[in-house]
Amino acid sequence: MPKFVITVLVENKFGVLARIAGLFSARGFNIDSLAVGETESPDISRMTIVVEADEKILEQVKKQLNKLIDVIKVQDLTGGEYVDRELLLVKVKSENTKTREKIVQIAGSTGAEIVDMGKKYLTIEETGDEHKIKALIELLRPYGILESVRGGKIALTADK
Amino acid sequence: MGKITGAEILIESLKAEGVKHVFGYPGGSIIPLTDKLYGEKEIKFYLTRHEQGAVHAADGYARATGKVGVCIATSGPGATNLVTGIATANMDSIPIVAITGQVNSSLIGNDAFQEADMVGITRPITKHNYLVKDIKDLARVVKEAFHIARTGRPGPVLIDLPVDIQFKAAEFKYPKTVALKGYNPTFKGHIGQMKRIVKAIEKSKKPIIYAGGGIILSEASKQLIAFARKTKIPVTTTLMGLGGFPEDDPLSLGMLGMHGTAYANHAVQEADLIIAIGARFDDRVTGRLDTFAPHATVVHIDIDPASVSKNVHVDIPVIGDAKQILKELQNLIKEGKHAAWHKKIAEWRKETPLAYKQDNKLRPQYVIEEICKLTKTEDVIISTEVGQNQMWAAQYYTYTKPRTWISSGGLGTMGYGFPAALGAKVGRPEAMVFDIAGDGSIQMNIQELATAMIEKIPVKIIILNNGCLGMVRQWQELFYDKRYAFTTLAKKSCTKCPDFVKLAESYGAKGVRITKKADVKKALEVAIKEKGTIILDFIVEREENVFPMVPAGESIGNMLHGLA
Repeated sequence: MPKFVITVLVENKFGVLARIAGLFSARGFNIDSLAVGETESPDISRMTIVVEADEKILEQVKKQLNKLIDVIKVQDLTGGEYVDRELLLVKVKSENTKTREKIVQIAGSTGAEIVDMGKKYLTIEETGDEHKIKALIELLRPYGILESVRGGKIALTADK
Repeated sequence: MGKITGAEILIESLKAEGVKHVFGYPGGSIIPLTDKLYGEKEIKFYLTRHEQGAVHAADGYARATGKVGVCIATSGPGATNLVTGIATANMDSIPIVAITGQVNSSLIGNDAFQEADMVGITRPITKHNYLVKDIKDLARVVKEAFHIARTGRPGPVLIDLPVDIQFKAAEFKYPKTVALKGYNPTFKGHIGQMKRIVKAIEKSKKPIIYAGGGIILSEASKQLIAFARKTKIPVTTTLMGLGGFPEDDPLSLGMLGMHGTAYANHAVQEADLIIAIGARFDDRVTGRLDTFAPHATVVHIDIDPASVSKNVHVDIPVIGDAKQILKELQNLIKEGKHAAWHKKIAEWRKETPLAYKQDNKLRPQYVIEEICKLTKTEDVIISTEVGQNQMWAAQYYTYTKPRTWISSGGLGTMGYGFPAALGAKVGRPEAMVFDIAGDGSIQMNIQELATAMIEKIPVKIIILNNGCLGMVRQWQELFYDKRYAFTTLAKKSCTKCPDFVKLAESYGAKGVRITKKADVKKALEVAIKEKGTIILDFIVEREENVFPMVPAGESIGNMLHGLA
């Protein structure tokens, strides 16, 4: 099934996330990622949802999203122009100076930052689009990834 | 007004919304509210015998009057007992506000006694719901709840009210307006789209109007009649649309779909233009989707954008209020004729009329026909249960006015009809209210006989008693080699289980059993004259089937007929 990026402007109230998630789960759609945060006005939040779905059924979900009282606006960014970013924190095994140097080098080459250093690991922070995040993970994988976390995709429309 | 309690704020808010009647059942977490309702002059509280009775009554009240129905229950089991009724209202777009008590705010989420997460449970079956966590929000929440319930595509709204909020005191000021950023239903139709409809009508040789419950909900019956008569376009209605267009009008084709008339279904399949108004192309209407109305351009007038192209691709959608749009279309359309089309439909009508076997046996269809004959000049509301009784009531009674047909269409809730009939009678006391029931479904909320008697809400219960769950039995007969698995209700060991006559009498109601066709008319005359609640227990042919029938998953052109 194809992937879609949808942004939803909602009232910043309790229960809204459950309503929105419910519309996807009721149809058996798995949400790949979901990021929520306040917008420029604190009573409105923006959600960015990445979902794998059947296109026709997703059309119906978007209409149902629009029907929710707490939903102000639904936009499907898929196929249009937009900028998107993800955040990655990844803890990589580094037990000797040699690997440590190599990992720092890899991080440096993509503009990632070392945000924590332990006796046997390095934690790296990266922001970028999905492609960049995935590429970094692949470069680091041979060294042994102890733990990693990705923030959901956030996106805004862009001019052509 | 100084500070008043949450319970009082709620009651004052209900009064501000014009609520005169509520249906409910008390319990621990709603005592502060029921206490304040006790002795209240402007709002009458109807005590049902089960919360499900209360919610169906509120729903029947809403359908009969067009007003918002209100029901009240306590937390936990009281509230969960409302769930079926809320889902029923949701599927049929019926405006109700359900008020449930909730455990003390400080206990929510702690598995407290009689706690259930009602906002969570009812999220997918309400139009919207609220948990009130701050007394300052209460008046606004009630205002919004009623606004949301009755506007746009109507539906149920639940307000979950923790017991401490009912006690707390606050200033009361009922808001005059609502401010909901995400809720702005479209009422006015797009003029460009309406012009496209007019063109499509002018081009069409075989048009048909397919009218649904939206006609009733938007009070658009008059406009529909005017529109159909001017354009001479025949009208078929859905189950929910019954009464929206007079069935004694020559343009009426009755109901379409699984148990619709053969001529309505043929007309839909032959049509080159379908004008759907306030309908949602439900699977019971369309049958097999890829064969539905193969030649037709589809126009869809609906207030809910999510209904458009959900099941059937729509060529010309118009979002808005059916009444408004029909009014405007009336000025744009020309008079029509369609003589050849009407001739064709008349042939179908002659070839395959709605019919059942005429003999001396007591057949359920005959009972409905007789009720129809005897009450022609009366102000009648027909409520139904679900199953064969519902379909015969839909087929063999001639509905001529909106809000005279009350039935659970979308959810198909057995046990709906009787409490809904009570609600309808409370809302329209001058009307004669029937509940057309089966011996199965009437037992699902039979306890409401106490409500009918004690609250003095007289209704006439017609049991089409075939000793089985007739509609499922029919499917078993036709598609499961007559294996009547668990659908036989009356057995040799207990032929009258229960004896409905004695059961009626035990509540102080009248009960009459009718076993012969010759006695039907007389018994109905007694019932019509009866001032109190009466049960007529008609022992009908067990293996009578509802025909025509489109088997599930078939094209609606392929109907089974009872009389070859």
